[in-house]
Amino acid sequence: MSSLVTEPVAPPAPAPPARPRQRRRFPTVPWLMLSASILILGVVTGYPVARMLIMSFQEYERAQVMGMPAEWVGLDNYVAILTDSGFWAVLGRSIVFMVVAVTLTMVFGTLIALLMMRLGKKMRLLVAVGLLLAWSMPPLSSTTIWGWIFDTEYGLVNNLLTRITGERWFGHSWLLDPLGFFTILTFIIVWGAIPFVAFTMYAGLSQIPGEVLEAAQLDGAGPFARFRLVMLPYVRTIVTVLIVLSMIWDLKVFPQVYALQDIGGDREKTNTIGVYIYQMGMGQGHFGTASAIAFVFVAIMLLLSVYYVRRTIKEEEL
Amino acid sequence: MNRARTADLKPAAPPRGAAGTMPSTRVRRSPARRMRDAGWGLVAVLVFAVFVFPVYWMLNTSFLPNNRIRGEEISFFPMPDVFTLDNYRSAMFSQERAPFPPAVVNSLSATFITLVVCLVIGFVASIALTRFTFKGRRTFIILILVIQMIPGEAMIISLYRIIDGWALINTIIGLSLVYVAGVLPFTIWTLRGFVAGVPKELEEAAMVDGCSPAGAFWRVTFPLLAPGLVATGIFAFINAWNDFVLALVIMQRPDTMTLTLWLRTFLMVTQATNWGAVMAAAVLVAIPAVIFFLIVQGRMSGGLVAGAVKG
Repeated sequence: MSSLVTEPVAPPAPAPPARPRQRRRFPTVPWLMLSASILILGVVTGYPVARMLIMSFQEYERAQVMGMPAEWVGLDNYVAILTDSGFWAVLGRSIVFMVVAVTLTMVFGTLIALLMMRLGKKMRLLVAVGLLLAWSMPPLSSTTIWGWIFDTEYGLVNNLLTRITGERWFGHSWLLDPLGFFTILTFIIVWGAIPFVAFTMYAGLSQIPGEVLEAAQLDGAGPFARFRLVMLPYVRTIVTVLIVLSMIWDLKVFPQVYALQDIGGDREKTNTIGVYIYQMGMGQGHFGTASAIAFVFVAIMLLLSVYYVRRTIKEEEL
Repeated sequence: MNRARTADLKPAAPPRGAAGTMPSTRVRRSPARRMRDAGWGLVAVLVFAVFVFPVYWMLNTSFLPNNRIRGEEISFFPMPDVFTLDNYRSAMFSQERAPFPPAVVNSLSATFITLVVCLVIGFVASIALTRFTFKGRRTFIILILVIQMIPGEAMIISLYRIIDGWALINTIIGLSLVYVAGVLPFTIWTLRGFVAGVPKELEEAAMVDGCSPAGAFWRVTFPLLAPGLVATGIFAFINAWNDFVLALVIMQRPDTMTLTLWLRTFLMVTQATNWGAVMAAAVLVAIPAVIFFLIVQGRMSGGLVAGAVKG
């Protein structure tokens, strides 16, 4: 590592259209410094993606794991999943859940951000502490907690409901009914996701110059009009990025679903796409089919992240 | 990989918000206005309660004896006369459960290896990406950004086949390898921002004063980067520590479980679930993550915002 400082930029080639005569030295040092990263990402990310693609065109079952040669089946796996109503049910379920969770997260996150704008320093700190605590919980721990709150036998919710309604709620299982299952899942996810949205929105909103808001107020704009016509245009990019990221995160939710199913959900009726891939592959040994689903999943995710990636590139001036 | 909610860590977001940028709508405090402030204060307390309650409930249950947990009477506080550590004892040492000590060792080793490897490799890469200009640099950075968007949940099948092929299933090495690959793009991305934040002129000044290029880097830039390295390292730690999916696929024997897998075993026997012990286990898994998270939280949000609000 002799020269850490940028090498001087080569002088512009004299004849623009033709290839520069004098061959530039290959930038050995930086590529050497990147080699470890390239090796790891190539072997443990690039290769698996390629392998996934290959397996998705093969008949790959338990027998192939044992050493049988895998047979090429062309698009059979894709045809199989795309004509399987089970796959569409899982995909539809994941998307509906994602839409509901993202909407709730964005609405409540924004409301809390607006609340924080109104609060004095001490009260704002109070809200921030609450948000941070929720944010810092490992997903599996928070799932466990919510599972306990909604527990069939001794859970707080059933206990309180029994007291309030006078009817006996003990023994009522919230998770067994898919709608109840997804309601609790939504609680877990939205509770954990709001803090990030609230903090980011707050950071964005508090950058809006106060005079602009005051001017709007003097012109007679009510709170709602001020939000819609003044604040929202200021933070439009932030909102879009937050929505995109939330969509991605809520679509690939895994540990929460998996753990709730352990506590007492009907796996068949509550699978989301990540858990479905796991069960198809690891559970039932249909590695080829699972790979096809995984590839569709990756494609959806990359499509969703196009906006985010492009905006980041622009913002970072790459 | 569980990099999700931290995907947007960015270096040194300029201090904002708290200090001077609040809209200055406070003119005079009329009684009506004071009433309204009190109203918002009440809402704030409510929001606080909603977010803290589950965490409080977890702690509360973890310190209560079983007869209180299962009673129809709700115990809202582990009073001294009922306060107990039995749940923690049961979670950690009960013979009927998956063993706790190896789970801690497994989690700590995989997490530690991930942290060190990611920091070293990511740091070297981030220097290459910021202190050199070369062909392919931009492509590499964009590639890192795109790789970050590939969900680990989709990779589990092929990762399992590959790690199995290398005979690394049920090994810390296998798990760490997968974690490193999962966390590295994020590490490179973040460290790149930190290194870019230290002006090259500082190094050049040191070189004018007689430092070698390497010496200038280690004596001037590196100390300035220390906080960034700590923050990034902690995020690598949290990501690996909280991971569930990859451990589920790679660590399949009871003695090779990580802590999240260990916590999951508590949930599997529905009927006999001992919620006191489960909550104690949840606390044990959460403690390191919460502590480290709170250390670096200042750098969490805001990254998205930097430069996004343009007048």
